[in-house]
Amino acid sequence: MTRLLHRYIALPGSLLLLLLTLSGAVLSVLPALEVAQSAAMAPGETVADLAAKVQANLPEVQQIKVDAAGNITAYYFAGLSPAAKIIDPATGGVIGDKAATPVKDWLVDLHRSLFLGSGGRITAGVGAAMMVLLALTGIFLMARRMGGWRKFFAPARGPLSARLHVEFSRIALLGLVFSGATGIWITLTVFDVIPAFDPTPVFPDQVSGQIASDISALPALRDIPLTELKALTFPYAGDATDVFTVETTGGMGYVDQGTGEMLSFEAPAGFAQVNALIYALHTGRGLRAWALGLVLGLASLAGALLTVTGVLVWLRGRKSSAPVKGFDRAGRAETIILVGSEGGSTWGFAATLGAALKDAGQSVHIGPMSAFNPARWPQAKRLIVLAATYGNGDAPQSAKGFLEALERHGAKAERLPVAVLGFGDRSYEKFCGFGEEVRAAFERQGWPQLVEMERIDRQSPQAFRRWGRALGAALGLELDLNHVPSHPPTRKLTLISRQDYGLEFQEPTAILRFALPQRTLWEKITGQGWPRFSAGDLLGVVPEGDSVPRFYSLASSSRDGFVEICVKKHAGGLCSGQLHRLAPGDSIDAFIRPNPDFAPQRKGPVVLIGAGTGIGPLAGFIRGNCRRKPMHLYFGVRHPQSDLLYGEALEEWAKGGQLTSHQIAFSRLGEKTYVQDLIRRDAARLVELANAGAQFLVCGGRGMADGVQAALAEALAPVGLTPAQLKAEGRYVEDVY
Amino acid sequence: MKMKSTVMALATTATALTPLAAEARQVTFTTQLNVYGGKGAYLAFYVTDAQGKYVGSLWMAGPHAKYYRHLPGWMRATGGNPGEVAGITGASVGPGRTLKINLNLNDALFDKGYKLHIDAAAENFPEIPNDVVVNLTSAGKGKPVAGRGYVKSFTYSY
Repeated sequence: MTRLLHRYIALPGSLLLLLLTLSGAVLSVLPALEVAQSAAMAPGETVADLAAKVQANLPEVQQIKVDAAGNITAYYFAGLSPAAKIIDPATGGVIGDKAATPVKDWLVDLHRSLFLGSGGRITAGVGAAMMVLLALTGIFLMARRMGGWRKFFAPARGPLSARLHVEFSRIALLGLVFSGATGIWITLTVFDVIPAFDPTPVFPDQVSGQIASDISALPALRDIPLTELKALTFPYAGDATDVFTVETTGGMGYVDQGTGEMLSFEAPAGFAQVNALIYALHTGRGLRAWALGLVLGLASLAGALLTVTGVLVWLRGRKSSAPVKGFDRAGRAETIILVGSEGGSTWGFAATLGAALKDAGQSVHIGPMSAFNPARWPQAKRLIVLAATYGNGDAPQSAKGFLEALERHGAKAERLPVAVLGFGDRSYEKFCGFGEEVRAAFERQGWPQLVEMERIDRQSPQAFRRWGRALGAALGLELDLNHVPSHPPTRKLTLISRQDYGLEFQEPTAILRFALPQRTLWEKITGQGWPRFSAGDLLGVVPEGDSVPRFYSLASSSRDGFVEICVKKHAGGLCSGQLHRLAPGDSIDAFIRPNPDFAPQRKGPVVLIGAGTGIGPLAGFIRGNCRRKPMHLYFGVRHPQSDLLYGEALEEWAKGGQLTSHQIAFSRLGEKTYVQDLIRRDAARLVELANAGAQFLVCGGRGMADGVQAALAEALAPVGLTPAQLKAEGRYVEDVY
Repeated sequence: MKMKSTVMALATTATALTPLAAEARQVTFTTQLNVYGGKGAYLAFYVTDAQGKYVGSLWMAGPHAKYYRHLPGWMRATGGNPGEVAGITGASVGPGRTLKINLNLNDALFDKGYKLHIDAAAENFPEIPNDVVVNLTSAGKGKPVAGRGYVKSFTYSY
């Protein structure tokens, strides 16, 4: 509800909000400049002194005004053209012409009325109200997103636009509520909904009828310190019935031009002072408010960025969560497919499955898991649940509330046969943890199983196809699920250089270096195109002749200025074969997939363990270790003359201090050691490092990783540490293939 | 470029002036402003009698009553009562622009010592009471009068 409210206020109002916040941000700087330019008033100086001096210099003066910053301006109409002169408070002399401020006037007009007069002022007021509502709903949404009020300031996760939206909110929230609320107040005073209560002294019935020759002697004007003056209007020249009209911070009154007596005076009502205070706070004008004005201006700028990132978040969400189209309504379908998806890829699998079932003559409905309610499917004969796992065993976005809904609606429903398919990432400890929980919940309620639960690792199309055959067999259908996972748009990467290894053992391996694709300015602003990446992220390569991407760990970060991967040629491998045929100047289609968990910790030592092409991301970490934090490498290859990837570079990094220590195991030389042998041999040192808070990053084949984990478990056992414990703390991370 | 904005005052605006004689005629006020380089000016049109006593208001150019206090002569005459201009207000007048108002005025307003006053003010500019003060006479019709502030020329004609 809060989310819908937030969205449906923000989307139609985004352009208005952008105009208000941007113009507000620019305007916020002006009061500080005005204060910086204003000349100081001498203490003890009175209105009478100044009025006399100004009139001596400018006999035709009609009005003197003092703005909030303390700048004094004298006005008069000379012939056809109005004159406005800036006055030196000390001498009453003219400093210069008050320059026209067309840009400022334009901005003020834009900010308060969008150049649309009264209607525009109402619109701007509505914009201010939207801003307050958005900030208030935003606070609740943020607490929910971060996982509770106590985590309000925790680091944000997710795509860049969403992270920036959170960060800008933290800067802007208070300021936007404040600017919005005061803006609403000012709009209401303009339309007299909130009365102004400006002082309106009664014009005197009787004046002395005299005109004093010396203004500086007039007592009432002598009583007013210059610092309190807002405006002084001179009497109509030669009209003995006219008076001085004086407006001060304390009120407004009429002063006899002969006797200098205050003929009538009215102080503003309390409400008028509230109005004045709110006006000063909103505009930041004045000697005391300008700094606040700058703070609000910054919040306003962040507000503009919030508008932009908010729209981007919405666009992104619309793109990725667009539920699949072209299927049957829940009430008519015999097969119900429920989807629990975070980023949207599981919807794609559901669409492939649904389409195949429809081709086989089934009626199919596809919906989110969170909408679980058997009462809505009277015709249903079976239920298929595709459940992705978010993080370490949590429910993904479209499955929020599913388990509660199952408790509520499931108990009294007819128990249909259920097939659960889990999607996840094997490198997490609770691989498909949420899918497992869902299956167990169905089992507890006594729903029969249609087929065994399967787990799909990293969107593997092959595993999905296998499961599809099993499902088809259970249904008596021929099901061939040919799913093409959707991936971000690819870019052409051009090979700059390659280094070849491993030819001696008939296992060609190469370090391939590609040029960084150029991003247009628009792509940089909107965060599209080739993203920033770090070593350890994945490069998805789409080979010619197949649309399924293969993933390679990156051995460079965007700061290095190139894209580097290590590729071993597999016998009959389509993608690795194509990569190995590349010559400098050739290009491939590729995209980046972030893999933020596989990265060195910020503080504390790092132990890098890898074999073969697994050195790739580890070399990238070392290359990027410009802060020279302790990094220790354990590396396994076959032979120093054949496949010692990065051999020379490692020596250089060691000399430069980026690599603290390194040990290399050779499996085809002398004693024939493997990397896990190095771990066992170095057990004492590794215990020391683990106790000092070290993080272990392991990259290579599954077999090597299992061997390393076993060796490390052995090494750490005496001090009561296990790799599982370290994993839970993010101190043991694997990237295996 | 000078543009003309015409305001039609369809109601008989002589309500405040009804004690006068019966005959009414349509009078056009044409007020052209100087190019003073600011935002739209508020203009108050009001009438005083031969003794200088306020008789009534004829027009208020400016929509927001909270700014009427910046028209000092009118304020002084009316005590700032917005009821004096209820139903006879219009938009403010931009620099260089011309305001035309058509009014049904009592015959008796002319040649009897009545004076028309125009007060003017604009944001960030001075407040000018009695920018124009002109005797309403049949001889003066069609003759432009210069103001002392915002008003470049004022003409009444019928």
